[in-house]
Amino acid sequence: MSDHVIGQRVPKYDAGPKASGLLQYADDFTLPGMLYGKVFRAKVPAAMLLDVRTERAKQLPGVHAVLTAKDVPNNNLRARFGQSTDVGSQFEGLYRVLAEKEVRYHGEPIALVAAESPELAEQACQLIEVDLQPLPGVFDPAQAMEPDSRQVGEKPNNIASHFKIRQGDVDHGFAQADVIVEGTYRVPYQDHAYLEPESGLAWCDDDGTINIRVSSQVIEHFREVAEILKLPHSKVRYLGTWIGGGFGGKEDITVESYLALLAWKTRKPVKLTYTRAESLLYHSKRHPFLMEYKTGATKDGKLVALQARLISDCGAYSALSPWVLLYATVNACGPYQIPNVKVDSYAVMTNTAITSAFRGFGAPQANFAYESQMQKLAQALGLDPLEFRQRNYLQTGEAFATGWIYPRAIPLTELAQKAWSGLGSRGLAEGGRKLGRGLAVGMGSYGRLTFLHDTSRSYVKLELDGSAIIRCGVPDVGGGQGHILCQIVAQELGISLDRIKLHITDSQLTPLAGTTTATRQLMMSGNATLKAANELKKRLLIKAGQLLNVPMENLIISENRVEVGSEPKEGVSLVEVINRLSAEGEELFVEAQFNAPFTDIPASEVLRGQTHPDFTFGAYAVEVEVDEQTGQVQINKIIAAFDVGKALNPAIVEGQIEGGCVQGVGYALFEDMAIDHGVIQTPSFAEYLLPTAVDVPDITVILVESGSGVGPYGAKGIGEPPMVMIAPALMNAIEDAVGVRIADLPVTAEKIRMALARKREGER
Amino acid sequence: MDPISKSMITIFVNDQPVQASVGASESLLDFLRQKALATEVKCGCGRGDCGTCAVLFDGRVVKSCLVLAAQANGKRVYTIRGLAGDSLMANLQDSFVQQGAIQCGFCTPGMLMAAYNLLRIKPTPTRSEIRQGISGNLCRCTGYQKIVDAIEAVAKKIVLVPDAPDSMDLPIPAPTDQEKAKAGYLLLGGG
Repeated sequence: MSDHVIGQRVPKYDAGPKASGLLQYADDFTLPGMLYGKVFRAKVPAAMLLDVRTERAKQLPGVHAVLTAKDVPNNNLRARFGQSTDVGSQFEGLYRVLAEKEVRYHGEPIALVAAESPELAEQACQLIEVDLQPLPGVFDPAQAMEPDSRQVGEKPNNIASHFKIRQGDVDHGFAQADVIVEGTYRVPYQDHAYLEPESGLAWCDDDGTINIRVSSQVIEHFREVAEILKLPHSKVRYLGTWIGGGFGGKEDITVESYLALLAWKTRKPVKLTYTRAESLLYHSKRHPFLMEYKTGATKDGKLVALQARLISDCGAYSALSPWVLLYATVNACGPYQIPNVKVDSYAVMTNTAITSAFRGFGAPQANFAYESQMQKLAQALGLDPLEFRQRNYLQTGEAFATGWIYPRAIPLTELAQKAWSGLGSRGLAEGGRKLGRGLAVGMGSYGRLTFLHDTSRSYVKLELDGSAIIRCGVPDVGGGQGHILCQIVAQELGISLDRIKLHITDSQLTPLAGTTTATRQLMMSGNATLKAANELKKRLLIKAGQLLNVPMENLIISENRVEVGSEPKEGVSLVEVINRLSAEGEELFVEAQFNAPFTDIPASEVLRGQTHPDFTFGAYAVEVEVDEQTGQVQINKIIAAFDVGKALNPAIVEGQIEGGCVQGVGYALFEDMAIDHGVIQTPSFAEYLLPTAVDVPDITVILVESGSGVGPYGAKGIGEPPMVMIAPALMNAIEDAVGVRIADLPVTAEKIRMALARKREGER
Repeated sequence: MDPISKSMITIFVNDQPVQASVGASESLLDFLRQKALATEVKCGCGRGDCGTCAVLFDGRVVKSCLVLAAQANGKRVYTIRGLAGDSLMANLQDSFVQQGAIQCGFCTPGMLMAAYNLLRIKPTPTRSEIRQGISGNLCRCTGYQKIVDAIEAVAKKIVLVPDAPDSMDLPIPAPTDQEKAKAGYLLLGGG
């Protein structure tokens, strides 16, 4: 079949409505009589919470509800983060709606207010009184691991989660090594900084159903909200909105549990939208990691041993920390063949901000460490960094350190070479600056952990006039998660895109498609939609074959017609086929389910076998200029090369790579979340600096299409992987330019200047 | 006005008079979203750092969160919806759609305003000048590249809406020589 829609740069379904300003985001919805919600939060990082007094706040005219922990029917949930299989307590954590008896972090919600105006809600918060007995905070994860550390949470010690990888014998491996390099790496918090702050609007139906219109990546949280309210799951409905950016930050529950409680209590519509400061201070962050690496290689450039210890700061509640830690652990060795491996990883609780999902999900942290190590090893061996990596890439049919034999393409040699040669000939730096080049490779998974037994469902229906309707509960964060389903239906059923209507993200009226996380929607909902469309296509072709008296194998569907492949003029309109089917009582709709590859639940903390459906591989080559006086880094060139399997819409794929790359540039160079004794000191974009348009160059994107993905048409997921390997590429380039290596991100101008000063001191 | 009292003002939003009572500290952004129901104007930060709330006010593109509603009393404000009948804005909107410059779309209304402002003052900017021109607006999804592509395509007339309306007769003063020389992000509330 010709790729008349798949593979084309067609505009997204939602692009027009967004360009016109007509598309409504969560905060754009209002209802008559609506109240405004506000969260009252702890202003200390650790304390006993002795009393909360709300009488004065409640007496303020125009205040309709002030709720504390005792008003919440079920305030302490075992958060299972959407998985439907029971995978054991190692992966579960406490989700506490409102603080009770204790405060574990600065900003922990203590009370909820609903009032007739935002100003009144704010005023009511100022009338809430709390009695606190401050406790010594635990802020350093390495210290928090010690047995005598004060216990932060509900676990028997502060280690929320622990994983291991064991392969071969590392002592034996290091004994064989000619060169061993060691390094300690620190990577920081990062805020998602989506432009749309967390927002939602909830109301109660006449039958008592709670409806929540919310900007959320996971509409399946309706189950948890129902459990908070002790309502049947069927009595809580999520109506997701088109999301103003997610990146994992709208994966955990944000405002919706508060909204549901306030709407349920007041029986009035309630809106709650965070300010930018609330968003920056109080929502989850990317995990800071401390990573100690020791890597050994022989003088012919073969890796023989890797030992690593990873410690992540999981904050005061574990949220998705166990999962993130598992991903980081699986990623700890990178896409390399290493015979002897020992990895130990820990997620440790502290009295700091909650850390959870963020694009990359543990992979960027580990990648910064292992790619820094690869660069140091290449230098120690006197080998070209590309050549050294090339001698060690995992090959198709070889096993990861977990023992999973990887069956698909790993075109890293091609990707790295294409990225590197894309830099062109080396120029000269201007204005006394120093020029440097760097490369890093890496991998990012797509699809949820295989032992979670992930599924997605999608519904496709043909209308009598030959148009089509898709219903799929997929939340769309802007990456084309909804749109691509239209492209698949248009391709398979020959219906033009402007005749397809898409319904997404309603937990009761669209088939549940699972979370828009883990770079999973193209693989999961794409395949579910393809399956539904193909079933309808079969029905159309059988009927058309009867009408045309031609075997169905000889027919193609294209542009609202069914045609004989060899004789395009001979055919029948789609409308006629549909109407014949309808008249004969055939069903013109299909709901299909796609199941991801399933594996068993890990039996212990030692990770063995397949953990993910697949990985996407990529490489970045960059050129920078560094000013030795100021430490300023200017990025001249970025070349990105990724195997995307198949680019179903190259413009969308490039957009993911360009956007993920720049978010990674922010992580590497700019985004410096200051935190002092558990209190974040950067509450605005004037302090927490994101890359702007002048901070980044044009990015050259090279798409390689191996066709080996598990998504529809052989596509791979591309949402998260571009975030993974840009930071070490930049660091390697900076070192190439000025000869200093910084082991803790972000690599700010100040750090470079100080490292250069130390270097000059040492040379003197 | 004392801080508590409210006063009645009228702002011409996309040529429609909108009358409402406002407090002394109410921003033009709040007025537009809550009183004029112009929800195409987005609030990304409310303090001038992100540019999602940019509108055309008194002949200038401004971050509406940094303008007091009372300052706009009796004046004209245009949002992207109000400018949809203008050929430059229509071409920009179409170009953003065609070039894949829109992911989550939350920055898009502000970006379109910044682009409109830039091309009005400097019709044929270089890519570097385009980047400068939108540097007061944050985007977290696209990495800016396809936004730059979209603006460049309009500047080079690569993308043109065939049935785009003629330029609107907007009450916008012609750019001054100083503005033309600067060709950057103008008076965006000093942000």
